[in-house]
Amino acid sequence: MKLARFALFLSLLILTACGSSSTQTASQPQTSAYIENKGSDTIVNLALAWAERYQAEHPEVSISVTGGGSGTGIAALLNKTVDIANASRPMSSEEKQQAQADGIAPVEFVIARDAIAVIVNPENPVRQLTLQQISDIYSGKINNWSEVGGEDRPIVRLSRETNSGTHVYFLETVIRLGDSQNKTLFSTDTLLLPSSEGIVSELRQNPNAIGYDGLGYVPPDLKVIAVAQDASGPYVIPSIETVNNNSYPVARDLYMYTAGQPSGAIEDYLDWILSPEAQAIVADLGFVPIK
Amino acid sequence: MDKSLDWQETIITAVIKTCGYSAVVFVILIFFFLLNEGIPALTEVRLGELLSTRWYPIENYFGLLPLITGSLLVTVGAMLVAIPFGIGTAVFLSEIAPRWMREILKPVVELLGGLPSVVLGFLGILVLSPYLRLLLNLPTGLTALAGALLLGGIAVPTTVSIAEDALDAVPLSYREGALAIGATKWQTIWRVTLPAARSGVLTAIMLGIGRTIGETMAVMMVTGNAPVMATKLTSIFAPVRTMTATIAAEMGEVANGSVHYHVLFLIGLVLFLISLAVNITASSVVFKSKKRAERVLS
Repeated sequence: MKLARFALFLSLLILTACGSSSTQTASQPQTSAYIENKGSDTIVNLALAWAERYQAEHPEVSISVTGGGSGTGIAALLNKTVDIANASRPMSSEEKQQAQADGIAPVEFVIARDAIAVIVNPENPVRQLTLQQISDIYSGKINNWSEVGGEDRPIVRLSRETNSGTHVYFLETVIRLGDSQNKTLFSTDTLLLPSSEGIVSELRQNPNAIGYDGLGYVPPDLKVIAVAQDASGPYVIPSIETVNNNSYPVARDLYMYTAGQPSGAIEDYLDWILSPEAQAIVADLGFVPIK
Repeated sequence: MDKSLDWQETIITAVIKTCGYSAVVFVILIFFFLLNEGIPALTEVRLGELLSTRWYPIENYFGLLPLITGSLLVTVGAMLVAIPFGIGTAVFLSEIAPRWMREILKPVVELLGGLPSVVLGFLGILVLSPYLRLLLNLPTGLTALAGALLLGGIAVPTTVSIAEDALDAVPLSYREGALAIGATKWQTIWRVTLPAARSGVLTAIMLGIGRTIGETMAVMMVTGNAPVMATKLTSIFAPVRTMTATIAAEMGEVANGSVHYHVLFLIGLVLFLISLAVNITASSVVFKSKKRAERVLS
């Protein structure tokens, strides 16, 4: 009796195994493609919006999007666990060396532009800062809001974690003022928060705090600071217009990387991303379209 | 019949033995893995650099001291919260509360222990840290104090549950004897019941410390993660960065086999050694006190 049951179970097992293998071969000619997309937290919402729209139009393609940071995405691309890496900064020379060592020739696509907004609590009377002032605040030279025309309050500096592309970009462009010889660092008492939400929730309730984040992530209830290249220049609030006409000084390109020239479904997807239809989504999310 | 029993016995013994040994083997394997991945950091980074006070790994500053002092400060702060509250609650539940109340309260406390720490971290960010900032007039509420209070809260259920079990295991005759010679209820608790349950209570405290020093998510959310040296008493009102939060925040982006990767494993090794030291101290104290108790009884 037991034996008979076991035999039945075994035959069922074999049947299901056969069944699944036969359906696999049957579905293969329909070219169902699976694209793994991972990287920058700055880009993750945009990448998700693109993936949703693209999958709705192309049901045979499925795209999985995850965040984790630019470094995480590029590391995954080099480990060959993803097809497309999102990065909010260009690949570093170490990463390029690593790619070469792994026998991968990464291909770069500029997919959108982004501006970093400097944000404060709405109660803070400060409306504008120069790049030099922001640099001095974050490097620890300016420690009280009264030194930049605000109230007599201590300055609490908020930043993303070091694995964020936004962090590296802010360090190079704002704190070091774009000078590669400049070795200024973040003040050690800068709070390194693991997410954009952490920065936003602290800024919402703390009038001492200053933070920065991608323009697409600034909620309307926080105050965006107008930034000038130097004290003589005009103070500019970041927006799609001011980024596109290059008057806002803290703007950058956003990238996608593939391991080698893309082909098939990945190539089609990247072509679509550069199309006017996909670039319209860029504008909807508060980023800046490339064309 | 006898033979099959023997046979079963052998199998069961073997299974239990395997479980016991494998626990030890796993710990040893983990330790060697940590050594293997962490020790290269000692040759790649100078010792003076590791003992410096600046942690900024993306520019190759690998000073571990701010992280170690940060972890110690938060842990000590958390224990200052968890020990009095945990032991107090355990004493109340076991010695003072009526039976029916205990039957309700103990499962509730243990349920609290099952709350995911990320949920408590959210409460910390949205409620605790803004409140601390206003109450103490601090520049920001994301401080070591917020981390210590939250971690203390996380450690309390563990401490209560185990300490209460230990107190409950003290024979009723001890209490009856103490009360019979005229001791008050408080004297009985403080002089008789607690000392008799000492080893269990100490275990409760140690497990509380273990939970605290290893806790990651809640700490990462509320301590601000600024790698500042925590050397003064007032550092409790300033942001700190703990070892666990550093590993959690940075391990995801780090290139496999890089200096930064090895240093993160070195931090893991330091954490491992700290918990080992805590456990060894605890068991030696328990061992000593047991010996003394045996001497007194004999």
